[in-house]
Amino acid sequence: MILVWLVIILMGSGLLGWIAGRWNNTLPRMISLAGTLGQLVIVASLWLGHDQNTGWGAWITSYTCPWIPAFGIQIKLAADGLSLLMLLLTSFLGVLSVLVSWKEIKTKVGFFHFNLMFTLAGITGVFVSFDLFLFYFSWEVMLIPMYFLISLWGYENRTYAANKFFLFTQASGLLMFLSILGLYFIHGRNTGVFTFDYEQLLGTTMVPQMAFILMLGFVAAFIVKLSTVPFHSWLPDAHTQAPTAGSVILAGLLLKTGAYGLIRFVLPFFPEASHQFAPLAMLLGVISILYGAKLAFAQTDLKRLVAYISVSHMGFILLGIYAFNEMAMQGVVMQMIAHSLSTGALFIIVGALHDRIHTRDIDQMGGLWTSVPRMGAMGLIFIMASLGLPGLGNFIAEILILTGSFPAHKVLTIIATTGFVASTLYALRMLQKVFYGNERKQWKMSDFGFREMGVMISLTVVTIWLGLFPTSVLQVSKASVQKIIEKVNDTRAKESEAGQTAAKKIDTRSIPLTTLRKNENLKIELQNQN
Amino acid sequence: MSIPDIMSLLPMEILAGGMLFTMLLIAVKRNHVLAFTCTLIVVAASLISVLSIKRNTPHAIGELVLIDHFGLFYQALILLATFAVVLFSYISLRNFFPERRKEEYYLLLMLATLGSAMMVVSTHFVSFFVSLEILSVSLYSLIGYYRERTIAIEAGLKYLILAAMSSAFLLFGMGLIYSVEGKLTFHALATITPTLSPASLMMMVAGIGMMMTGIGFKLAVVPFHMWTPDVYQGASSPITAFIATVSKGGMVAVLLRFFMMADLYRFEKIMLAFTLIAILSMLIGNLLALMQSNVKRILAYSSIAHFGYLLIAFVAGGEVGPQAATFYLTVYIITILGAFGLITIISQSDAEATSIEEYQGLFWRKPFLAAVFTVILLSLAGIPLTAGFMGKYFLLTAGVGKSKWLLAFTLVISSVIGLYYYLRLIVIMMKQDQDTISSAKVFKFSSVVGILALTVIGVLILWLGVNPGWLISMVNSLP
Repeated sequence: MILVWLVIILMGSGLLGWIAGRWNNTLPRMISLAGTLGQLVIVASLWLGHDQNTGWGAWITSYTCPWIPAFGIQIKLAADGLSLLMLLLTSFLGVLSVLVSWKEIKTKVGFFHFNLMFTLAGITGVFVSFDLFLFYFSWEVMLIPMYFLISLWGYENRTYAANKFFLFTQASGLLMFLSILGLYFIHGRNTGVFTFDYEQLLGTTMVPQMAFILMLGFVAAFIVKLSTVPFHSWLPDAHTQAPTAGSVILAGLLLKTGAYGLIRFVLPFFPEASHQFAPLAMLLGVISILYGAKLAFAQTDLKRLVAYISVSHMGFILLGIYAFNEMAMQGVVMQMIAHSLSTGALFIIVGALHDRIHTRDIDQMGGLWTSVPRMGAMGLIFIMASLGLPGLGNFIAEILILTGSFPAHKVLTIIATTGFVASTLYALRMLQKVFYGNERKQWKMSDFGFREMGVMISLTVVTIWLGLFPTSVLQVSKASVQKIIEKVNDTRAKESEAGQTAAKKIDTRSIPLTTLRKNENLKIELQNQN
Repeated sequence: MSIPDIMSLLPMEILAGGMLFTMLLIAVKRNHVLAFTCTLIVVAASLISVLSIKRNTPHAIGELVLIDHFGLFYQALILLATFAVVLFSYISLRNFFPERRKEEYYLLLMLATLGSAMMVVSTHFVSFFVSLEILSVSLYSLIGYYRERTIAIEAGLKYLILAAMSSAFLLFGMGLIYSVEGKLTFHALATITPTLSPASLMMMVAGIGMMMTGIGFKLAVVPFHMWTPDVYQGASSPITAFIATVSKGGMVAVLLRFFMMADLYRFEKIMLAFTLIAILSMLIGNLLALMQSNVKRILAYSSIAHFGYLLIAFVAGGEVGPQAATFYLTVYIITILGAFGLITIISQSDAEATSIEEYQGLFWRKPFLAAVFTVILLSLAGIPLTAGFMGKYFLLTAGVGKSKWLLAFTLVISSVIGLYYYLRLIVIMMKQDQDTISSAKVFKFSSVVGILALTVIGVLILWLGVNPGWLISMVNSLP
């Protein structure tokens, strides 16, 4: 029930804020702040209260009630470790996004916060829905308000960006919906039970070709959201044109829903097809890493630069997901959180700069450190985080991903590692061009104030925390990640077993990393026998 | 005619009698409010009689008419839509119709409703054709009713010529089918075909094909859609709403009944043609809507696309198909009534607000109406939390369930295209006001009624979007 309240609180404060906005501009801000803080408190209490050892297979909390029984649709909300982490992230960034738009948004304040809250509600829904219909429902609910955020409060080219964002995500989302329906019917025909329930659909058996096609529908939606390279072109536009809070949510949360979807739905539903798809996915991931970094290096628009950093970092996520082992997957979880914080912080800094000097052109800046030392220091921290400086969250994430994916695909991982060098290039160029060097223009501006410093310091603390005590996070997601990894590799192993009676019996309960190695041994064995 | 016959035809009798009564009333005293009230009462009474008929026992009257649950559902739908149209007509006539002869409008409206209400229960070519003509002929004059506007006359004339043409096709088709076996009832066709020789089979298919022209015209699906934008634009908004709901809705009912009773799903060529029509309607409707700058024309093209969507469920057939089509139609009727009602109410001067610029900044001038319009547009676009999403979902279920992947895929592609113009309208409404149009408008009683109706529609759309269970179970109980 507590999960229902999370959504209701957000939607309710959004509606209240809209109504309040007719009389007063501050009231909607207060209401939204209260709403997001309320969510943060609830999620934090869930996090502190849950027993980390119950993990295996059990939900931390769940809620089920029928919605449209005629179609087997129910409201099924649940949270395991992975969802919990995502919820924490959502509520944390939710509070920050309200805070950063406190001064930035001056027109239609009530409606702005309505959209902000509904986007957050949709994202929350995505992370806790375990009914596929409800999941798609939430998936859509987060889009429309986001569209309005960009198209009404964005910068100069906002309509174009908003439309592009919307058409990309909507088209891919509908493909996913077709796949969901396909899954629903196949399961219904196999068992006679027509349901959208996640757990019931998990065991659906189908022809491999069908599985592959259905998987592609899901992958299309998630990979577009993740802005993997051939489908990334909406992202720089949307990020650049969105207001700061919009960019923070886009980079921090919306991209993560793609990663979350891949982990939560694609891998467990289509283990066999995922294995077939893995080499291509990893290749796309590596291309994203390098291409994103290259483009980031070439940008002169500061916001666009940060947007391409996202493309590059999302490449690591794709690489890690398709490595199919626990280490890489834990790295992915870590990367999701660390990237949200670092990129979110960079967007806040860029937004603050734009607010003060009304340009995002990197060539107009330079030597800003002297006039805004606090902003410069914060910029330094988060640019360093982006390039993967040890001691900060991103480093842990990327190391875990690379170490984890090395056994899965050596060549691609080695190439991906050069992404570290590339990230150093763009990050240092950014730092140099904006904060160091000669002052090009005599900008007169105020430094970060109390509110902004509060936001930045909270982000800094969490990033450093992630870098120094990663286990505190990894432990939460451990059980759910293990479960998913085992599901993927287990099916694989079973099918190989079925194919070859002589194949060695595999201990499926062993640590996933070793499972993977055994799988590889098995493959070699099979080849030898053939 | 026995007493049960008369009782089961009561809704139509009330409409016809009420119309005659109103006509006499006008002869005695010409008064707009009086005629309006009288019409409302007649429609409401007819609606009540529909609801009070025992639904579980289908009642056939000769071979002409079958009163069953399906037909009654559609009759209720038609009467509800008419009720809303009458309300909006009153506002529209008061605001935009300079002439004094307003009352006959209501007679024609009731007559057209009668035609449509007959059509949905007819099971015979004759009753089908007669009721269709009652509907069409009343519509000719209703479309051209605002006769001081050339655009209305143009629309009326266009509709007259094309509708007469399509009726001719329909009749010719019926004639061909009749010539094969000499039967005119729908269900007779289901039994005769297996024994046909190839030549008469071809004649049969040709006949059905000709009938498709007539039906397609009424539904305004590609390639029989040419009249739609002009007529939508030329007719007054309530009449446009009437065409979009009552006229098209009645035709959908006939189509479903005809194909189910005559079991025409056997003819693969016919179904292939419908598949093609559906695909073309979806794509062309949405693509052409992109280029419009007149809200009524946008809605016209969007209606072409929407009936393309609806045909998916029709083509899918089976048990779910008709249910999905009915559900979708219900949702569409509610939504489009809201849209045209809104255009009627928003219009300020002596002309209707149809140009897209007039909607700029509506959100800041009239937040409530703009919010309702947003909900309506989102529902048309099929976005979650609105009824339109559930409708689309139902259609996709029907399509995918019968493995009509191509149709489902086209629905997906074209609704993405469609989103673009719906969203464009919403964004325009939210843009800052240009202060070109004065926002001073007196709250008249008539607008209050209209706004009340819109509120009901808006709430219904959202309610159906969140909790569609009751309508689904209602639709599922239809045969």
